[in-house]
Amino acid sequence: MKLIFKKSVPGRGTTIFDPLSQAVQPLPDSLMRGDPPALPEVSELEVIRHFTGLSRRNFGVDSHFYPLGSCTMKYNPRIDELTASLPGFTGLHPHWATIPAARALCQGALAVIWELERFLAEIGGMKAGCLQPMAGAHGELAGVLMIAAYHRTRGNHGKKVMLVPDSAHGTNPASAAMAGFSVRTVPSAPNGEIDFDAFRAALDETVAGVMLTCPNTHGLFERQVAEIARLAHEQDALLYYDGANLNAILGKVRPGDLGFDVMHFNLHKTFSTPHGMGGPGSGAVAVGERLEAFLPGPRIIRGENGDFDLMTPEHSIGAIAPFFGSFLVGLRAWTYIRAHGRDGLPKVAEAAVLNANYVLARLKDHFHAPFGDRCMHECVLNATRQVAAGQVKALDIAKALLDRGFHAPTVYFPLTVPECLMIEPTETESRETLDAFCEAMIEIARLAEADPEALKQAPTSMPVGRLDEVKAARELNCSC
Amino acid sequence: MNPESLRYSDEYEWIGESNGVYVVGITDFAQEKLGDITYVELPAVGKKIARGEEAAIVESVKAASDVFAPVSGTVIEVNYALENDPGLINRDPFGRGWIFKLDGINQKEYEELMSYIAYRAFCQGES
Amino acid sequence: MNWIPLTDADKERMLRVIGAGSVEELFSAIPEDLKHGQLNLPEGLDEPAVRGLAETYARGNRTDLISFVGGGYYDHYIPAAVDALTARGEFLTAYTPYQPECAQGTLQAIYEFQSAICRLTDMEVANASLYDGGTAVFEAVTMACRATGRNRVVLDHSLNPRWREMVHTHAANLSLNLNDGRDPQDAACVVVQNPAFRGTLWDYSALAEACHAAGALLVAVFNPISLAVVKTPGSMGADIAVGEGQPLGIPLGFGGPYLGLMASRKAFIRKMPGRIAGMTVDHDGRRGFVLTLQAREQHIRREKANSNICSNQALCALRALIYLSLAGPVGLRNVAERCRAGAEWLKKRISHVAPCVNDGPTFNEFTVRLPRNAEDVVADLIPRGYVAGIPLSLVGAGASDELLVAVTEKRTLDELEQFAAALEEACA
Repeated sequence: MKLIFKKSVPGRGTTIFDPLSQAVQPLPDSLMRGDPPALPEVSELEVIRHFTGLSRRNFGVDSHFYPLGSCTMKYNPRIDELTASLPGFTGLHPHWATIPAARALCQGALAVIWELERFLAEIGGMKAGCLQPMAGAHGELAGVLMIAAYHRTRGNHGKKVMLVPDSAHGTNPASAAMAGFSVRTVPSAPNGEIDFDAFRAALDETVAGVMLTCPNTHGLFERQVAEIARLAHEQDALLYYDGANLNAILGKVRPGDLGFDVMHFNLHKTFSTPHGMGGPGSGAVAVGERLEAFLPGPRIIRGENGDFDLMTPEHSIGAIAPFFGSFLVGLRAWTYIRAHGRDGLPKVAEAAVLNANYVLARLKDHFHAPFGDRCMHECVLNATRQVAAGQVKALDIAKALLDRGFHAPTVYFPLTVPECLMIEPTETESRETLDAFCEAMIEIARLAEADPEALKQAPTSMPVGRLDEVKAARELNCSC
Repeated sequence: MNPESLRYSDEYEWIGESNGVYVVGITDFAQEKLGDITYVELPAVGKKIARGEEAAIVESVKAASDVFAPVSGTVIEVNYALENDPGLINRDPFGRGWIFKLDGINQKEYEELMSYIAYRAFCQGES
Repeated sequence: MNWIPLTDADKERMLRVIGAGSVEELFSAIPEDLKHGQLNLPEGLDEPAVRGLAETYARGNRTDLISFVGGGYYDHYIPAAVDALTARGEFLTAYTPYQPECAQGTLQAIYEFQSAICRLTDMEVANASLYDGGTAVFEAVTMACRATGRNRVVLDHSLNPRWREMVHTHAANLSLNLNDGRDPQDAACVVVQNPAFRGTLWDYSALAEACHAAGALLVAVFNPISLAVVKTPGSMGADIAVGEGQPLGIPLGFGGPYLGLMASRKAFIRKMPGRIAGMTVDHDGRRGFVLTLQAREQHIRREKANSNICSNQALCALRALIYLSLAGPVGLRNVAERCRAGAEWLKKRISHVAPCVNDGPTFNEFTVRLPRNAEDVVADLIPRGYVAGIPLSLVGAGASDELLVAVTEKRTLDELEQFAAALEEACA
């Protein structure tokens, strides 16, 4: 498709915005822009056709099964979109809450945040929640900044190390580094869980915290987690729960009860706010007793008269968002939690885990399953069998799925599993969809033996074939 | 340069003497593992570096790899040709794909590096 | 209610294939004694009930008032086509373009967005967006430190105080030396904002030269709407330009989601955080787009990455791109001029009771001195249907009698006149 800039015709444009009716004194030359910005001059219909055309070159959950591991690509309920588009919320200026007299004008929105933060704290088994962090990685940063502030306040000056398993998302070590910690990597054991002896060896008095994903990115629940927490706390090291995989245990077990001190929620995963091509999301955090005084501020509190007001915690790390975080994302999550209620949320985890195990059971004879025949909400397979036989790689399998109308699983992550295919079906997919996907995978496995060259050409039905990423990086062209 | 006359670190750097200065690059095994190199971040000329210190970064599409100084010394020259053609490392890792040159190196550290034969055995163990 | 399609018969059949006796058996890795009973949450609701509840909460907000509150976030008109297009499921429900062949729509849109931001700011390269203006300022600061190898950062008083606080929060453990002022000596960068938080427009060209002479970078924070008429970061000589993209078709939404804009000189692109889409070709030579320079990012570099960011605000960036495409250079100028004209009209109209105290020309927002406490005046005007502005003492950016007043193209002359009359009475 042509770039929108190439569709521009001087003097066309829309007439959405009328010109100024009366003259205004021009700005001094030194403050004025020279030439106008070379933005597209296109009609409204051309804009509609251009972006409708672009949308058709995308796979989304609405159009395709999207089993991208660790991303929880579940159906995004339209009622959540509706509540998040109510003018009483969308038109609300956040600085009204800055002005004490105007706080009365936004009580409904403050109530939503206050409730959501309490819901999240309850789901996490934590003491208090905070909607401020604007993405999962941002929540991690908020969490490790709180851990740093906790140790600073206690005079734990020697605590400079964050323990991170090698199966963790790359954001964990990157967030720890941004909070000034050095990262010590803990290896995984052959069974896919953390290597407990290596963890014990790595845990010394310099360790400030431990960042864990549970279930981990191998799709396994860390059975030693409570013991890990106990040992960490003995050293006054705090435990961070990466909420990326919370969908697996939603309402079944709470991170706080496992011993975690702080966690983030990916509202765009577990609570089904749309992923929007990569954002916006929300990385709301919740903390236990030890860290409540360190939460980002200001926080929302409810006074005795029922009115909502603002308060900054004693040792707050400060504002990590300009206001209350991605409020409209939070509002969608609030709607989702309100709809499911206390009995509905555990059913989400149950169906998610059932679906993943079903896929694993159907595929484990066709692809290598490195961690046995049970998983939580996602299953990890790999293409080592196909690679060893000189057939195809995980990438070829991913591309072949596109031609069969399925988005690919996550491939080549986690880094601990070579030729990894990480499949997260989520709870909103029907058995028929899972069957169709499994049959496509099995057909691809057969084709890998019979005609591997055909798979190496995939995809052939997309607007473009495999793209030259080396050229993109060497001959950088990222704007026109 | 002739790979057989070079010395090797366990981080897949090679180093060899040429006209009194020491040339550093990454090995054929390393470039193969990285794939098509898309960018090289070169050290500053004049920089003093210690053995094991990060001296340069080599990037491919899917990986980024630090190039560590195999021995201590002072950077006296860098291969600016890599800025426009990082693929030189893929095509000629022991020749035109060199990365930087060191002077005033620590001879003892140099002697401690692997010989070609030891390095070959090391790579077989790794792959 | 829930959105789970599995029937009891499905579950039975699936459990048989798995070889498990029950769904609960699949959770056997979790120690029994740690499992939780019923959550202390409200009961679930069906769709009409949950909608009704949300509408009740929405009515607890008074968006019918006429607002002159800005402070970096403005009540601009959002064209209908922006909502219509961004509601399409292929945009809304897609994720990061990990498989570029089935995400060319996303990738081309990001490439066009990057191009539009470069054209708007007169900068050479832009990324696919960051979370918001405040995190964009923080990321610009650390980017400047990486580019210069220095750690002294100078934040000018023109910077939005919220964003200044966010820089301090984010940098708390980074051994950065954060100073106030404009002195570029030994600094990685000087951060300035235009228009300044209190509304004044500046030309930072001389400061850019001073920065470069001292080996420092100039980080210019901009308001994207203003750039239709106001001198650009690029033409001032800025090295990195960042801003809050909310004015470009993104609702105020009580604080987000918003859109962090970031552009820079090409020389610094490898120091830039966040995603970048690039143009390339497939094996048949067909043009296509991919995420590029990923070796800077956390999933490859882990603790050595430029930033921990692993997403962008793609849907908000798409809104901005559609907004800019619908407005075009002429429409954007119309919006900008109407904002400024409205502000100028109001500034003059209320000058006898609330004189403007900016020390130079302003764009859409200006600071006035009131005859009494600004908080009291704002409180008095609320029952009359106005939120008059931000009392600057509340955000640490002025005296207790100073008020920051913003005007957008949505305010009609009648509204401005009626507001001016109400303000006169409140000041009397």
